[in-house]
Amino acid sequence: MTKLTIPLLATLTALALAGGPTLAGSEDVVVEDAWARASIGVNRPGAAYMTIRNTGDEAVTLTGISTPLAMMPEIHESKTNAEGVSSMAPAGEITIAPGEAAELAPGGLHAMLMQLQQPMTEGDSFPLTLSFSDGGDVTVDVPILGIAARGPEG
Amino acid sequence: MRLTFLQKILWGLVGVAALAFVWLLLWADYRADQAGEGEPAFRADFELTDHTGMVRTQEDYAGRWMLVFFGFANCPDVCPTTLAEVAAVMDGLDEDAAQVQPLFITIDPERDTPSVLADFVPRFEAGIVGLTGTPDQIDRTADSFHIFYEKVEEAAAPGGYTMGHSSQLFLFDPEGGYVKAWSYGTPAEEILADLRGRVAG
Repeated sequence: MTKLTIPLLATLTALALAGGPTLAGSEDVVVEDAWARASIGVNRPGAAYMTIRNTGDEAVTLTGISTPLAMMPEIHESKTNAEGVSSMAPAGEITIAPGEAAELAPGGLHAMLMQLQQPMTEGDSFPLTLSFSDGGDVTVDVPILGIAARGPEG
Repeated sequence: MRLTFLQKILWGLVGVAALAFVWLLLWADYRADQAGEGEPAFRADFELTDHTGMVRTQEDYAGRWMLVFFGFANCPDVCPTTLAEVAAVMDGLDEDAAQVQPLFITIDPERDTPSVLADFVPRFEAGIVGLTGTPDQIDRTADSFHIFYEKVEEAAAPGGYTMGHSSQLFLFDPEGGYVKAWSYGTPAEEILADLRGRVAG
């Protein structure tokens, strides 16, 4: 790398981390009502829920998630068909239109947290970083509620 | 006033019509009763091992309403959500909770041993009994409950697979007869209101 690119990359990274104003789209993302259920140990995947709101005037695309809590976090979607059979699959990229929100809620989209690095304990919280196609990141602190929680209020 | 012969006939016909009408009403009522007391579509029928290691059949829960649902412990979204909803229903039943037995039947017998379930269902603190068995027993249970399940390959999931399965919540009466099924996502409040009427009655 040239002498110029390293400071440039550093600046871009800093801007990305800060959600800097030069990025189009993701700086207008607001995450609301994040929550997760406590896990039993680390052998089974956990899930986190939230509302990802695009308050800007351009569409934003969620491309991935990361967290120190899990090695393999991924947005998944549960679907229930007309026969009442539920199944789950990776949701891929999620585009949120201006003024719209993506709801990550039980029985639909959720942040699936595979390969937990530590148990999810009620009362704790963990950081979850959402990455967007414009290169921007939004990090949110997700509170861990009880295992029988039904929503962000518990 | 003296009735003519024709008038007498007409009044007679009115009387017959009135009797026929009453008879029809009673008959319809009787038929409705018969239908209500008819045989349920199917009966709960299983022989499985509970999360304490005891062999259980539907006979063990006779005399209580059964709330039966299927799932697997590795399921991070739909299953804990259903367990949480059932826990809310049981909580809402208060003293009537003793008349209702919630049963969680795994459709993933390979991973969900009794000890795995023992570390899972009691945490919802709702008196839920976890049931598992051999793959063959689970197959037969699924058949008798008319539910569907399948293994879905997923490299990232523990063991390399996840499960698709019927996610309804089934209600059985104290004689083990099928009453109804709520689809996944039915709010606990709705289930509770329905159940309260039945359990109290």
